Amino acid sequence: MSANPTNALDVKGLTMRFGGVTAIDDLTIEVAEGQITGLIGPNGAGKTTVFNVMTGFYQPQAGEVLLGTRKLNGLAPQAICALGLARTFQNIRLFDQGTVLENVMVGCHVRRKCSWWMAPLAWPPFFKEEKAIRLKSQALLERLNLGGVSGEKASSLPYGAQRRLEIARALATEPTILLLDEPAAGMNPQESSELMVFIENVRKEFDLSILLIEHDMKVVMGVCSMIWVMEYGRLIASGNPSEIKNNPKVISAYLGHQESEDSEDPQGSSSSDPQGSSSGGPQGPGADNSQGTASDA
Amino acid sequence: MMTGSGRTLRNQLSTLVAIILLALFLKWALTNFNGYQIQLLNLVAINAILALSLNFIYGFSGMFSLGHAGFMAVGAYVSALCVLTPEQKEIIWFLEPIFGPFANLHTSFFVSVLLGGLAAALMSFLIALPIMRLGGDYLGIATLGFSEIIRVLMTNLVPFTNGAIGLRGIPPYANIWVNYAWLIGTLYVIRSILKSNFGNVLKSIRDDEIAARTMGIDTTSHRTIAFCLGGFFAGVGGALLGSLITTIEPKMFNFQLTFNILLIVIAGGLGSVTGSVVGSAVITLMLEWLRIVEYPLTVNFSFLGLFQVGPTTIPGIPGMRMVIFALALMFIIIFRRQGLIGAREFSWDAFYGLPSTLKRFYQRRFGRARP
Amino acid sequence: MTVELFIQNVFNALTVGSLYALIAIGYTMVYGILRFINFAHGDIFMAGAYLIFFIAFHLSWPIAAILAIAGSSLLGILVDQTAYRPLRDAPRISALISAIGVSFFLENLALVVFTGLPRPAVQPKWMVDPIVVGGVHILPLTFLVPVVTAVLVLGLLWIVHRTRPGLAMRAISRDIETTRLMGVSIDRIIALTFGLGSALAAAAGIMWAMRYPQIHPFMGVIPGFKAFIAAVVGGIGSIQGAVMGGLLLGTVEVMAVAFNPTLSGYRDAFAFVLLIVILLFLPTGLVGEKIKDKI
Repeated sequence: MSANPTNALDVKGLTMRFGGVTAIDDLTIEVAEGQITGLIGPNGAGKTTVFNVMTGFYQPQAGEVLLGTRKLNGLAPQAICALGLARTFQNIRLFDQGTVLENVMVGCHVRRKCSWWMAPLAWPPFFKEEKAIRLKSQALLERLNLGGVSGEKASSLPYGAQRRLEIARALATEPTILLLDEPAAGMNPQESSELMVFIENVRKEFDLSILLIEHDMKVVMGVCSMIWVMEYGRLIASGNPSEIKNNPKVISAYLGHQESEDSEDPQGSSSSDPQGSSSGGPQGPGADNSQGTASDA
Repeated sequence: MMTGSGRTLRNQLSTLVAIILLALFLKWALTNFNGYQIQLLNLVAINAILALSLNFIYGFSGMFSLGHAGFMAVGAYVSALCVLTPEQKEIIWFLEPIFGPFANLHTSFFVSVLLGGLAAALMSFLIALPIMRLGGDYLGIATLGFSEIIRVLMTNLVPFTNGAIGLRGIPPYANIWVNYAWLIGTLYVIRSILKSNFGNVLKSIRDDEIAARTMGIDTTSHRTIAFCLGGFFAGVGGALLGSLITTIEPKMFNFQLTFNILLIVIAGGLGSVTGSVVGSAVITLMLEWLRIVEYPLTVNFSFLGLFQVGPTTIPGIPGMRMVIFALALMFIIIFRRQGLIGAREFSWDAFYGLPSTLKRFYQRRFGRARP
Repeated sequence: MTVELFIQNVFNALTVGSLYALIAIGYTMVYGILRFINFAHGDIFMAGAYLIFFIAFHLSWPIAAILAIAGSSLLGILVDQTAYRPLRDAPRISALISAIGVSFFLENLALVVFTGLPRPAVQPKWMVDPIVVGGVHILPLTFLVPVVTAVLVLGLLWIVHRTRPGLAMRAISRDIETTRLMGVSIDRIIALTFGLGSALAAAAGIMWAMRYPQIHPFMGVIPGFKAFIAAVVGGIGSIQGAVMGGLLLGTVEVMAVAFNPTLSGYRDAFAFVLLIVILLFLPTGLVGEKIKDKI
């Protein structure tokens, strides 16, 4: 998996440890230009940590994140955003006190040219830029079907609209890559399938590369052209949706090791086999999952 | 219906009319008010400047700062050093000679206030460098620490500050016109920044710093700018206050002073420019009015000759004023946390919309009851 | 500096440090549980000194001390119930502002009730008759303060680490919501925390008044600030940290002036300088745990 010039984002040999816990272990993934790429894995696999490293909130112990040829390690989150990487959060983080429009206008700030001291000097280009930001934000909201609620308080929006607003705010920073952290979390099947169409449209309209973390397999399989699967901080599989669907490692990661061992060893009866019960013990997926979730949060 | 530009013109004209009305009122007050009342009007303006600057730092930018007295002290001392005449300085610094270059320094009052503000801004910048990454109450305690350090320095750096004795005989240039002009200037600068997207960005940093950084905002530099700008106006306020009361000493710039400003900001409404101005008027006047509880009071009261109370003298109770004020602060924070105004703002649009808003309100309220 | 003088300064540092430590514990315990700075804590310290001053007119000194500590303890609980409890769900800054209000209220109330006139502290004779050991003049008080402090701190550590309410306290400081779900009566434990912290502050106030024999309404302000700084320096939330921070601050203050008397005018600034240095290089203090923002 060498660096591919058509990749929008490359993660190479990334390792992130918190004290003694290795959250990401020698991870290498690629986000292809103009595609929707999925990053999946059981709870606690380290997916959100990958996002936090990519966006500069954590500094990894080893490995690098490349935006094209530009190395992102060591840059502050705001600098990474300025280079064109935008993200949303698993637990929505809007500016609750502000209006919908104001939230998007915050996103426009990174691209502005005038400085704050021009405001009291009544410098004409400053007001021109102010107006442009307002118009751009309103236009963006209209494209994402939020035009009608631009004056509402962000916290008063329904859940699905808040998710879309977070995406709108990220788009206002004019990114080339958008990272979506569980955009379908808490949505019903109807909303999820609408979301799939929405993400696909956003990618096309704004000419983006998208990397998304998602638990809803229907969404992942529906929109992603390439999928990377993590478990316990390691990459265990990658491929297109149909490859992933049939990959035994992925199935075992999601469904647990016990079943896979049982299928490989038809002679052993799962109830009496000491090996079977030991694999369901401390090393079993259930026990690890709950621990993993705690450390990931 | 009015077009956008028409409305802007109307609002600008309204502001102009309001300023003229204020000026007429002040002119009227100068001939009809006594010296004490005029002094109060002056204090309202200066406290409003101080409250605006603290509100800008705390209410809008979310940095809990308890160091306002320190910035004020810097502004007051620097301004006094600039505006005192060389002859006065020779008399004042009798313990130790004044630091050489300051001995012959003499500027106009406007320049001295400006320099006081800039010195305070510079001080805020130096303070901001190390502490900007602290959050919440740690920031508060660190700023309080700096303010106390400044006070200790002022007491000890005799060649600059004349030590604990302080500076006396500062020329009283801070008259009502000067103070209100500075207030309007402060209001204009702070409003214009808050109204722009920069104000929006500052509020977003206050609400969620991590999300703001993700949106590409350099939170440290924005907070530092806000902190320095607040420090500047705090220094201006301190300079004006020094000139108004003509005497400054290190003891004056203690935590109590910061507390008074904080009380105004909280009472008026955190995150409201209007609130700071209204709060300043209300709290300043109440603080003065409550002085009666600390003065001896003679009661001589008779009711139609039926009964007579007094003449008797109730002794003044030192400290009672602050007891009442401390209770007021607690009362506000427990029962009306948003203050008098909340985070709302006065706007001409709302002002001119008032008749129709009221009409709609009454229609909704009583309209349905009619057959 | 002579050896005698140095030894005297060591004891001075230990005494002042112990007093800072006792007050700091109250700050650190409340911060550990409710995450706000109890600004009024220094004024509980003042209340302790005033209480013993008035009670000792009527009763013998040891009984007066116990009553003064108990009274201050109740005052601490009362302050929490009236000024902080209504703000449990409010932003933490609100509680902090309320605490500033309480602080000003208590100080000025003391000014109204007791007047601003400084009062002499009651000093039992056996505590202030200097004893001479090898040429060093030392007040018995100077020994007594660190010893009493050590006993009180050990007692507190026993309560926190060996009793059920102590367990509940530690649990609350980890996670208040989960502890509530476990059926622990949060309000009672918080009251206990305020009671214990205030008792220690009152004990410090009593001893402070004997060492600097003056009682006045604002006597708690500067020691209060400094003790809070000691708590931050040690690592806020940790009792051991508060003790270490208090002793460190006491040592720095006494020794800096002892070795360089020209600095005596700056004495009150040392604590704040130490605070800022610690916040910059060890933001969580000497023993504090790192709390990371969730993303």
